[in-house]
Amino acid sequence: MSLYKQSLAELRAGLDTREFSARELTEAFLARMGTHDGVLNSFISRTPEAALLAADQADVRIAAGENAPLLGIPYAHKDIFCTQGVRTTCGSKMLGEWVAPYDATVHQRLNAAGAVMLGKTNMDEFAMGSSNENSAFGAVRNPWDHTAVPGGSSGGSAAAVAARLVPWATGTDTGGSIRQPAAYCGVTGIKPTYGRVSRYGMIAYASSLDQGGVLAASAADCAIGLQVIAGHDPRDSTSAAQPVPDYSAYLNQPLAGVRIGVPRQWFTAGLDATVAARIEDALRVFEQQGAIRVDIDLPDAELALAAYYLIAPAEASSNLSRFDGVRFGYRCAEPRDLMDLYERSRSEGFGAEVKRRILIGTYALSAGYYDAFYGRAQRARRQVAENFAAAFAQCDVIAGPVAPTVAFDLGAHASDPATMYLEDIYTIPVNLAGLPGMSIPVGFSGLRPVGMQLIGAPFTEARLLATAHQYQQQTDWHLRVPAAYEEGSL
Amino acid sequence: MSLNSTQLKHVAHLSRIAVDEAQIPAMLQDLNAILAFAEQLQDPRLDHLAPMAHPLDQTQPLRPDVVTEVNDRGRLQAGAPAVEQGLFLVPQVIES
Repeated sequence: MSLYKQSLAELRAGLDTREFSARELTEAFLARMGTHDGVLNSFISRTPEAALLAADQADVRIAAGENAPLLGIPYAHKDIFCTQGVRTTCGSKMLGEWVAPYDATVHQRLNAAGAVMLGKTNMDEFAMGSSNENSAFGAVRNPWDHTAVPGGSSGGSAAAVAARLVPWATGTDTGGSIRQPAAYCGVTGIKPTYGRVSRYGMIAYASSLDQGGVLAASAADCAIGLQVIAGHDPRDSTSAAQPVPDYSAYLNQPLAGVRIGVPRQWFTAGLDATVAARIEDALRVFEQQGAIRVDIDLPDAELALAAYYLIAPAEASSNLSRFDGVRFGYRCAEPRDLMDLYERSRSEGFGAEVKRRILIGTYALSAGYYDAFYGRAQRARRQVAENFAAAFAQCDVIAGPVAPTVAFDLGAHASDPATMYLEDIYTIPVNLAGLPGMSIPVGFSGLRPVGMQLIGAPFTEARLLATAHQYQQQTDWHLRVPAAYEEGSL
Repeated sequence: MSLNSTQLKHVAHLSRIAVDEAQIPAMLQDLNAILAFAEQLQDPRLDHLAPMAHPLDQTQPLRPDVVTEVNDRGRLQAGAPAVEQGLFLVPQVIES
């Protein structure tokens, strides 16, 4: 089978038996990137020389008998992770030329594991967006349909994996930014429990919601990637001390008796009929394997949306205040005085969506409004968390849609940010409650993939990955590659 | 809970973001559409709930009071727009 279609386990076997070298593997994926990414625009920075160097180092380690899951295996990094000596832009003009002086913890772990970074992927600026149209480096196209968005904010990572320009990629998810692009691009993605993956060196958007995770073709591959990046980090004070289980070892847990909770409130008129139908098909596959479907209540989706669109901008306004044109990043030309330096650097350096969210966030935190907005939103957050806790008393995994529709057309929501925000209605509650969530491909609506969301109680990633894996043993949606990206096509 | 032009200018100033007159009507429309979501927060159930800052209600961990960081100003300052002798350069701050 062609290298670009192989699973991480198959690539590992090929490397360990010397069927191919890490250098050959890296060259193969770099060639695919060269051929296809002009159209997709999924990469902001490509690092072929460093990749080949890392591949050669991996080949030495493999020859010495080292056997580690990601050793010599190519991947792409969402451009939100600081990578020392490599440009890290966060999709923004504000950091358009900025070279990170240090490595994110996630990057350090991947380097130690011998993984081979091919480049930094495109994303919505400062992780704010659901379509990858908010990037200062241009929009990304959906590999399944070039007139569609790939989703966001991890649009570049999702597109690169869907087109198999890399076998897997890192992403981040604050309100759905791994799960939604994974769904729109027909790949598997996991956002772990808040605190599972270190945020040190992961450029901050909303600190109480941000979480790093993985996009790959399958749950089995996500398990391998997550295993390496998860774990306690003393440099991130929100990092969880919980030990990391062996995710791959749990994948074959059978589905028999597992209670799958399906939220009644999520299957209303707002959900596209074809998306709903594909999810019902998937639920039947779960039931055929012995899972028990339980209808549950999960109300307050609108409350969650309101809470998120105050909490996230508020935290963003605070986090992005560091971009002042003084110590790093973009500085406007010929500032007249300090105020002009701040105002013009920030106005010119940030895109429209980022400015919108900073303004809302500042308003929500300002004197006289803090209690009515941010304070109240934090109470709503607790209501959302309590709703999930009540739901998990009746089921083991919650299953439902990732987004109300499949990928929309490029440019469709350009004039209406509030409508764009409604795309996140099923993903946002999960971030507010800090829960782990996945997206798995479950079919198509025309050319565009449909994803199903799986949600677990805190630190139940092993159960989520196993549930997804059992589904992927019975179906092949996750193995599909768009025709334009099959080998031999131009 | 909606913004008017004066409030927008005040918030823009607090955020140190320049907003020009011509952009204001469109920005107000966008921002107020988003702030309309906040109507949901009138829900009386919220009166009886404690605010939640951390999704798993974790508290701030502490570490021993020992020096762990190394002064590496040169490397960390390498990406700065304007630097001289280890100092960040900015336009005149104090009026003479």
